[in-house]
Amino acid sequence: MLSFLFRRLVLLLPVLLMISIISFSLFYLSPGDPAEVLLTGPQGPPDPKAVEEFRAREGFNDPAHVLFIRWLYKVAQGDLGYSYTSGGKVSDAILDSFLPTLRLSLISLIISLLISIPLGILSAVRKGSAIDGLGLSLSLLGVSVPNFWLAYLLIILFALKLDILPVAGYGNGGDIEHLILPALTLGISAAAVTGRMMRTSMLEVMGQDYIVAARARGLPERSVVLKHALRNALLPVVTMVGLNFTYLLNGSAVVETVFAWPGIGSLMTRSIYSRDYPVILGCMLFLSLLTISLNLLIDICYRYCNPRLMHETGS
Amino acid sequence: MKQGVDLGFKLAILTIACLIFLAITASWIAPHDPEKAQPQLRLKNPSYEYPLGTDHLGRCIFSRIVFGIRVSLFIGLAVVLFSALLGMAMGLTAGYFGGLVDEAIMRVVDAFISFPSIFLALAVIGFLGSGIVNLMLSLILVDWTGYARLVRSSVLDLKGKEFLEAAISLGASDLYIMSRHILPNILPSLLVMATLSVGYVILGAASLSFLGLGVQPPTPEWGAMMNDARPFLRTHPLMMIFPGIAITTVVLAFNLLGEGIRVRLDPKSRAEGRYDFDR
Repeated sequence: MLSFLFRRLVLLLPVLLMISIISFSLFYLSPGDPAEVLLTGPQGPPDPKAVEEFRAREGFNDPAHVLFIRWLYKVAQGDLGYSYTSGGKVSDAILDSFLPTLRLSLISLIISLLISIPLGILSAVRKGSAIDGLGLSLSLLGVSVPNFWLAYLLIILFALKLDILPVAGYGNGGDIEHLILPALTLGISAAAVTGRMMRTSMLEVMGQDYIVAARARGLPERSVVLKHALRNALLPVVTMVGLNFTYLLNGSAVVETVFAWPGIGSLMTRSIYSRDYPVILGCMLFLSLLTISLNLLIDICYRYCNPRLMHETGS
Repeated sequence: MKQGVDLGFKLAILTIACLIFLAITASWIAPHDPEKAQPQLRLKNPSYEYPLGTDHLGRCIFSRIVFGIRVSLFIGLAVVLFSALLGMAMGLTAGYFGGLVDEAIMRVVDAFISFPSIFLALAVIGFLGSGIVNLMLSLILVDWTGYARLVRSSVLDLKGKEFLEAAISLGASDLYIMSRHILPNILPSLLVMATLSVGYVILGAASLSFLGLGVQPPTPEWGAMMNDARPFLRTHPLMMIFPGIAITTVVLAFNLLGEGIRVRLDPKSRAEGRYDFDR
């Protein structure tokens, strides 16, 4: 297990380097001059001389690779720089907005699992039936619907027509009333993907010899499905949770904006509108690191839950 | 179940044929100029003259949706074409030559997929600016990795096969082997993946345009139309609902088409479930 972990961590180093190169290149290629952006205030465009002075002082005139190495050195120490607009630390802005996103994602994750696991099992057990057909059609529809449109459909129904939930906002620290609609939107979209995975996984397990053996021993179908098949079919769910999470993170970019949810998706879009490059760059790095750590964590869990893999060194 | 996929496949072909027809004939089908603002006619309900009503600037929503087909199909097909070509070139090179080349290319791919896809697209647009060209570029950067991985693993599968060894021992050049022996073998799964991608790319483009970062007004684009509809949600929900139906129809059609092609061409395809784009 330890050697596996070590291998994985070492393999991550070149990827991390690539991530920073890609991020920094985009930042470097952006049109417009950060010095000019920083010095533009309410009084209008800045004095060209002041811009030149600022550039020289902050070292913006150095060649790209020097800038990159200097930047990487800072990032490695956890310093993501300062926001152009608020002047605050980028790392603070990201952490502040990540909490609401995490909150929303966790609730959406639960919703999506509550929908997709039972539906997946039912579809697999009754393969080829009307219920299976309905499940497949719904999941196909679910992945085809834009999530922001689904969000507005839910808003029109629950907030405007029935008037039982708020249209948008964070409420009192993200209370349940404000959480329901965004979580439902993301949960439904994610369930469309994972329901199908659950079905496939369940079908695969149902074809195994030990299921045939369990049936041959005369066990009731209920116990075959719930005790023997489900336990094994749930293994890929561990991977599913990870996939779901990235899916939810992706969805949050737009859905958070629709619901004015102060998460990392909103932060990202807001920073793009105000051309707040350090924040965009910070979000990119933070999210990619998050994805990488999550994938690693899932790999570890997966091996832990599946003893058959424990003795391999893994590749 | 088979019948369901079959029916879906036929419906999808029919729908896409209709869409292509509408895209070509948009200027004859659409009753009005999609970009012509008529302030005296703003926010009208559906009528004989304006089948789906008018928007906040008095533009015909039906005409805008019909012209929007052109924009969405163009973006979807062009992005998929370019990212498939890029991904294929990278995957072929990595898989065929192996070694250090493979390592280098695959680490780049790993880095790209470690960004949540829509955030990568957002960042590209955030740094390089909005507009249709950067929108397409951002979607290509998100999309190409899937093809690269698919092609690479297919090449690795093929590498040990006898027919390749025969070709190598006959002294065929690398380029000849790649184009004549490897490519025809991976085309089916590539086609499945590409078809399934079209829908997701269209969804991604609509999402970014909805945020005001993709196709810019006054060009009729469905995501942007929904962005326009936001302030009028309470009074004119239809303005929000119609473009959404259009997007869902197109994406659904391409997804069904992809499923159908897979069942026919490539039953054990690796292309399934690749997508986590929004997606």
